[in-house]
Amino acid sequence: MKLNIKYFGLLAEITQCSEETLSFSKETVADLLAELFQKYPDLQSKDFQVAHQQEIVAKQTKITHPEIALLPPFSGG
Amino acid sequence: MSRYSRHIQLAEIGADGQQKISTAKVLVVGAGGLGCPVLQYLTAAGVGTLGIIDFDVVEESNLQRQVLFGTSSLGMNKAIAAKIRLKDLNPTITINAYSEKLTAENAMTICALYDIIVDGSDTIATRYLINDAAILSGKPVVYGAIYKFEGQVAVFNYKEGPTYRCLFPTPPKTGAVANCAEIGVLGVLPGIIGCMQASEVLKMIVGLPGVLSGKLLCYHSQTGQTTLLSIPKLNHEFNAALIQSGRLLNDYELSCENFITDISTVDALQKRNAIFIDVREYGETPDLNFPNNKQIPLSELEHRLVEFETKAIYIIYCASGIRSLKAIERLQHRFDHRFYNLKEGAIALQEQLKIHHE
Repeated sequence: MKLNIKYFGLLAEITQCSEETLSFSKETVADLLAELFQKYPDLQSKDFQVAHQQEIVAKQTKITHPEIALLPPFSGG
Repeated sequence: MSRYSRHIQLAEIGADGQQKISTAKVLVVGAGGLGCPVLQYLTAAGVGTLGIIDFDVVEESNLQRQVLFGTSSLGMNKAIAAKIRLKDLNPTITINAYSEKLTAENAMTICALYDIIVDGSDTIATRYLINDAAILSGKPVVYGAIYKFEGQVAVFNYKEGPTYRCLFPTPPKTGAVANCAEIGVLGVLPGIIGCMQASEVLKMIVGLPGVLSGKLLCYHSQTGQTTLLSIPKLNHEFNAALIQSGRLLNDYELSCENFITDISTVDALQKRNAIFIDVREYGETPDLNFPNNKQIPLSELEHRLVEFETKAIYIIYCASGIRSLKAIERLQHRFDHRFYNLKEGAIALQEQLKIHHE
């Protein structure tokens, strides 16, 4: 499946893009993260949540929809 | 009432809605980039009682985005400076300024006086504190947070909806999140996000539909894109434990932000004249012996605080960096010295000492 992945905040600085399309043939969010950590090793040390089909989901969630977003906490005020 | 005639003309608000606004009590935590627009609009809207809590003073670098303040406010406490300006904007409302830091000690007392809490703080630790105080006091939180050109808005704990801990269950790793002081921010961005927060406050007061409860709105000022994400309700166990204990945690600052500075073994050994403190218990291995190293087990720390009277750089370590964090939390309460947490622990230190001596 082709996934459209959005990166927010400092994650976009690590990936050097705010959005990208990736081919994904495995199953879960955890599988996708393992692939992203290979591609962007610096992501591993960051805290973030994953949204699948516009909903924050757990890592064991099966990916059935192309819309993915990676979302770090912001502290600024 | 001509001041509020444009609200009253709206069928969705009307005289009844405006009456609700005039009796509402809203606490705004932080009179910074987010707090300023929130306060400005809620004051103009005629919110009956506004609380402002901020311990910080107005600095010149704040004026680029904290629009309640002018040159004449420089050096003043932000809560007090905001109150002076807001009184001029609308003298008919009550404004309480708290020129202190929101802490686990004062949070419950202050929150009890208000119906809605607005999170305009700028540290992760305060965000968790606000969240937990809101859960304990049963109040909704209007959350806003910014990063460079991007912002997030959400309403938490509204009618039993999701909380901040449903979005981010645990505080991030040390240093994983930066604030505006460290990284910069587009001045208008907190204006946009703060106005969205003010709008959510008014929607809740008046009872308008579409409150951002269980939703996180992400806005990017460069692309103009907004993304709306759903937040599932999670962490029942944490909230249940919190409510059952009936009190806030006492370690909100612990391991949040840069409050405790981690140091690597390599960097630690390069600090000249630093004192190494081993907080492991007696008999734990490896046994380390080198100049400027001293063992003060965590269990004895309370009785041996006098041994930290010397002004110095202290590097605290244990086996894995957990007990050392606890020791630093205690030490920072008492002393102004610089304490570093050697996160890699004793084994890594032993190995680095061997390399260092070769």
